[in-house]
Amino acid sequence: MARINAQNQYYKDLNKLIRSCGESDIELDNVMGQRFIACGMKGKNFLIHGVPGNALGAYLDGSSIEVTENAQDAVGDTMNEGRIVIHGSVGDACGYAMRGGRIYIRDCAGYRAGIHMKAYKDKQPLVVIGDAAGSFLGEYQAGGTIIVLGLKQNGKPPVGYFCGTGMHGGKIYLRSDYPPFDLPPQVSCREAQKSDLDDIRVKISEFCSIFNMDKEEIMSKHFLVLEPNSANPYKQLYTNI
Amino acid sequence: MESFQREGDVRIPAGCAISSMFSKTGRKFSGEGMIKSISIMHDRSNGLGGGFAGYGIYPEYKDFYAFHVFYDSDDARHITEDFIDEHFDIVNLSKIPTKKNKNITDEPLIWRYFVTPLPTKLAQSQLEEDEYTVRCVVKINTHIKGAYVFSSGKNMGIFKAVGYPEDVGRFYRVDEYEGYAWTVHGRYPTNTPGWWGGAHPFGLLDYSIVHNGEISSYDANRRAIEMYGYRCTLQTDTEVITYMIDYLHRKQKLSLEECAHVIAAPFWSTIDRMNEDKKREYTYLRNTFSSLLINGPFSIILGFDGGLMALNDRLKLRSLVAAEKNDMVYFSSEESAIKIIEPNPDRIWYPKGGEPVIVTLNEGVEA
Repeated sequence: MARINAQNQYYKDLNKLIRSCGESDIELDNVMGQRFIACGMKGKNFLIHGVPGNALGAYLDGSSIEVTENAQDAVGDTMNEGRIVIHGSVGDACGYAMRGGRIYIRDCAGYRAGIHMKAYKDKQPLVVIGDAAGSFLGEYQAGGTIIVLGLKQNGKPPVGYFCGTGMHGGKIYLRSDYPPFDLPPQVSCREAQKSDLDDIRVKISEFCSIFNMDKEEIMSKHFLVLEPNSANPYKQLYTNI
Repeated sequence: MESFQREGDVRIPAGCAISSMFSKTGRKFSGEGMIKSISIMHDRSNGLGGGFAGYGIYPEYKDFYAFHVFYDSDDARHITEDFIDEHFDIVNLSKIPTKKNKNITDEPLIWRYFVTPLPTKLAQSQLEEDEYTVRCVVKINTHIKGAYVFSSGKNMGIFKAVGYPEDVGRFYRVDEYEGYAWTVHGRYPTNTPGWWGGAHPFGLLDYSIVHNGEISSYDANRRAIEMYGYRCTLQTDTEVITYMIDYLHRKQKLSLEECAHVIAAPFWSTIDRMNEDKKREYTYLRNTFSSLLINGPFSIILGFDGGLMALNDRLKLRSLVAAEKNDMVYFSSEESAIKIIEPNPDRIWYPKGGEPVIVTLNEGVEA
């Protein structure tokens, strides 16, 4: 295992150091805003202490990243494979154009989580958010799954405004007593069926064990499923709003 | 300076960085923390502008307007000083102390004046003191070639230049001033060439704005605000936001919350779902000041006498993080820029688009 002190290191130097490091397990201390950490990397395990900068794990290709506090914007941008775990919250646009792998966020995500996520055959990206997400969750979502558990929301929809705007593929599961009040007509909302609940159970398994949460208690509450509404296709989406 | 292209000469089609810190108890601290904070976000700037605003930094002259002025030449200075002398009582004037920095070059002459309007002239003008001062500042900036007043508030000052913000801070020795609030900006200009006067913060009276974004409604906002006597000379969107705040807050006497609901108004579809009282208020503001709605991505920090306001565009297309620790409040483009100066905040949060966060000095605290 390698341990790297990131204090006062410029992001380019830090990333060079990481890329030239032969070890498969890498622990980074005193990270403070350095961008593009672990960008495009495969086959490594990162443990990060401090606040990693924007685009953490961009284009990630199979590595695993664990952050012990919050992360900033664009976590897992266009990530292809691997796992990112955040023991805290993330900024905006996490999982932007993500095409594979898993992102687990213990607390909250900012605006536009899962924007433009997509899926193809065995590439099925997954984002699980423990508490709540900001507005425009799953904007233009084309595939994959987003789950928001609302653990501190007491049954209120755990999302901001304009959830699923432009969504045309994939699924959003919300643990909520009732739907967000402003879902666009192009998104349909229904009660989770047994097959959905089975799917959720599988997909939050790893999340629950990482964060030491009680899966059965989480599953005991009400879930909703958001999907593209094929009966109401897009026209005039961004005009007249 | 003459060979440079100025703001206003050309518009090129910004990343930027903003940060601020504020003590609710009015405790004073130097600008050093702001240098540390902004340097973490070095790559959000490109060396074409940086600046600081400090509040509470001139306690010995707190009742006087502090003019910070750039001059291209001594001629411009003489003409301007004659003009200031004709309209104000100058109680102190000096060059602003700077420290040579290899990354800060082509500096203009930089002077500071503590002034108060001449009572006879003020009475003659039949204007309030603030309005009188604004008109004089606008006159200098539009009529005296080679002179530019870039800071004009009381007990506050703006320090800005072309360069990276951390170098600009060292150049102006902001670590030697103490204030209860500071804002800082690192610039990545995308629309204008980058001139000393066009760096942020942008100021008028005690208002100062640092801004990260790109306003697509610039021309609509400019046309609207120029109808009320302002002159937008720099083509930078930050200038127009500053005038809009001055107009809405100082002249129209809107509260800061109301100002935020004008410039970052919610969508009609969102307003439609509000309760009747709120709906009436938001509809009134959107209709009455429709041309002062700002479109396009922005995050701004407004400094004013006794407080700060942070605001995102309604779609939140730029980042903004807030944090608190004891008496301190922090706003910044990135969480790392806060944690480098306060590693263990009591609370960190992400303000929502269009929802202002306003902090003011605790009751009874004097700025």
